[in-house]
Amino acid sequence: MSTQLSLPAPSSLRPPRIAWSAVATVKRFASILAVLLLWEIAGRLHVVRPFLLPHLESVVWRFYSDIVTGTFFWNAALTLYRAVAGFALAAVVGVPLGILIGMNRLMRWFWDPLVSLGFPMPKIAFLPVFMLWFGVFDLSKIAMVAFSSVFVVIASTQAGTAGVERWLLWSARSMGAGRIAVFFQVMLPAAMPQILTGLQVAMPVALITTVVAEMLMGGAGLGGMMMQAGSYADSIGVFVGIIETSCVGAIAVTGMAQLRRHLLRWHPEFNPR
Amino acid sequence: MRILSRTAPLLIVALLWEAITRGGLVPADMLPPFSSVAVELVKLATGGTLLPNTLDSVARAATGFAIAVAAGTAIGAGMALWRGFETAAGPLVQAFYPLPKSALIPLVIVWFGLGDTAKTFLIFLGCLLPVILSTYNGLRGVDQVLVWSARSLGASRAAVIREVLLPAAMPQILTGLRTAVAFSFLLMVSSELIIATNGLGYLIGSYGDNGAYPAMFAVILVVTGLGFAADRAFVALSGFLLRYRE
Repeated sequence: MSTQLSLPAPSSLRPPRIAWSAVATVKRFASILAVLLLWEIAGRLHVVRPFLLPHLESVVWRFYSDIVTGTFFWNAALTLYRAVAGFALAAVVGVPLGILIGMNRLMRWFWDPLVSLGFPMPKIAFLPVFMLWFGVFDLSKIAMVAFSSVFVVIASTQAGTAGVERWLLWSARSMGAGRIAVFFQVMLPAAMPQILTGLQVAMPVALITTVVAEMLMGGAGLGGMMMQAGSYADSIGVFVGIIETSCVGAIAVTGMAQLRRHLLRWHPEFNPR
Repeated sequence: MRILSRTAPLLIVALLWEAITRGGLVPADMLPPFSSVAVELVKLATGGTLLPNTLDSVARAATGFAIAVAAGTAIGAGMALWRGFETAAGPLVQAFYPLPKSALIPLVIVWFGLGDTAKTFLIFLGCLLPVILSTYNGLRGVDQVLVWSARSLGASRAAVIREVLLPAAMPQILTGLRTAVAFSFLLMVSSELIIATNGLGYLIGSYGDNGAYPAMFAVILVVTGLGFAADRAFVALSGFLLRYRE
């Protein structure tokens, strides 16, 4: 309780002063610009073969044409759909299971060894199993994504639920709240920050798994597109694929941060005094 | 007694697995019975396929991890201790962080071919960022009062780093390294599945393609066990390194 109240306010939430923020922006992106400049110079001076490092210009041009022709949106939408569907499945299974494990001793006895075995395991090793069970289309990819991201959801939900201060529950009970009311009005809100942290970690995991599954099983999407470009020795396509994947990653991560901000708008984390 | 109680759920799952496959609830070509997987595991272990591939995989994971720890702690510490370096490296780290490292597999193939270098480089990249970030956050999170007291008692800058900053940041650095251990296994398996030449990931993929499902499941069990063992070993090591805290 006290640890949550004393969380420092993220500095990004303070209203920025305009002049200061312009300088800060230039400073923030200076080194990224420097890298892009080096890339362009290396291309112009033919330091590196274009096959290994294609010209920045041609990569930007291809990215632009992918956007205009809609290829980017199609592949990104496919990847995002598979990632989000698997992630949603993991959330729907993982959060209730984590809560049950956090609240019930018997559930904890049974699931704790399984989760601690599954948590550090490289889940991608099960990809051929999911291909065997669910085929090579969307279903197996979504199941694979859900399987790889569910353990972190379970683990953090369990930790969040078990870590709720007992006296919060006791006070609510002693003031006459029923079991259901205590659960929905005390337990769940108190565990919510940690549950959301687990979901925020699970989102990139889901995206990584989707891309790898697409690389191995095909079926378009950003991973399939990149693998195809790689096998046609189209290094521009590979670079554009990396850029497009980062865009989708940034969208997913930002979306999760927004969701956290919305769901925890009552929480001290977002209400600095 | 505690070990028995911890392993009982795993035994229950193994028994259920055996029961549903032997009972015909799940066809054997979808999920081979646990006992035939175990038999296959013994065959693989004694037949001389498993050990060299395991050693290849572990060597790659360990090399990539070790280089990432050396480079990552140096970069993270540099960012935490020198403002100029932070301005230069910080945005790059931030830009690179959300990029799924597995997306770099096709690029790494283009750069390094299909050999060991490509896979080790991928493992290195995957482990690098958690190490950088935890070192940076750990060092930045050290209570400034501790640093001031040490300085006012006459400690040099090097001594402050060695005697105050590093011990105080150690728990968080080790948490980052634990994430990196998991990432090294993840990238090891996924790079070996995609750049299939040898190693455990390659074995899983090729047994799967050839329909040798008991062998495939046996190798998956080995990978699971290795990942778990590495995680436990790391937790034990961190406990040993942090024994100075009460």
